[in-house]
Amino acid sequence: MSLTAKDKSVVKAFWGKVSGKADVVGAEALGRMLTAYPQTKTYFSKWADLSPGSDPVKKHGAVIMGAIGNAVGLMDNLVGGLSALSDLHAFTLRVDPGNFKILSHNILVTLAIHFPRDFTPEVHIAVDKFLAALSAALADKYR
Amino acid sequence: MVQWTDFERKTIQSIFEKMDYDDVGPAALSRCLVVYPWTQRYFGNFGNLYNAAAIQGNPMVAAHGKTVLRGLDRAVKNMDDIKATYAELSVLHSEKLRVDPDNFRLLADCLTIVVAARMGADFTADVQGAFQKFLAVVVSSLGRQYH
Repeated sequence: MSLTAKDKSVVKAFWGKVSGKADVVGAEALGRMLTAYPQTKTYFSKWADLSPGSDPVKKHGAVIMGAIGNAVGLMDNLVGGLSALSDLHAFTLRVDPGNFKILSHNILVTLAIHFPRDFTPEVHIAVDKFLAALSAALADKYR
Repeated sequence: MVQWTDFERKTIQSIFEKMDYDDVGPAALSRCLVVYPWTQRYFGNFGNLYNAAAIQGNPMVAAHGKTVLRGLDRAVKNMDDIKATYAELSVLHSEKLRVDPDNFRLLADCLTIVVAARMGADFTADVQGAFQKFLAVVVSSLGRQYH
């Protein structure tokens, strides 16, 4: 399910609207994931506070969304562009790649809440495909 | 038997009480057909599903979206035995309609996104957790009679 030229332009246009609120969206998506999918908390045992809106969740949500925002500019070569991040996730963090889908779903839910009129089905499919391609690139070095 | 907390029960009842089934049903089903186009395989006789605009304007899709939501209402009214409530529907989807049960999860995800967009900030992380747990039970019950 590769990204077509249309997918890329839809994602870029939509991200123009998202980037102003990227930190908020990232923090909220991460908070939703940790709450609605409690098994994901196992990766964050070092944080004192895993509740939505806590400092570590806000900081880390911003980091993740920042990286995703960068990836919007790398859509023509996600595997190459995300190579270092893939190394990190594969060898250091060792996050089970099934969780990329879970976080992606929570990002979509958060986008739907913050951009109810802009997050049309056409935008939804393009962003879903983008996040799936990004997740595959992130998992590239796993084995 | 599924254990529901008081919060989960109240949350599910409240969401569905306030929901406009005739708006949410069509929106969720049409979104599913657009975002996961392979799901269109089950709607060969629904006429024009050629693009997103056609799907969203298709009256048969809208009617079926309402049917699906009304079916979901049965689980809302029988939260303590969703499995038994859906036994017949599960057989129907397996033996007559032959729907791959993975599709139930795809529709549930689209429904979550539509409800989230309608509820806005009221769709908190805890509310989302309760809603998704409810839908997971529904999806599991619908998939139970596949042999």
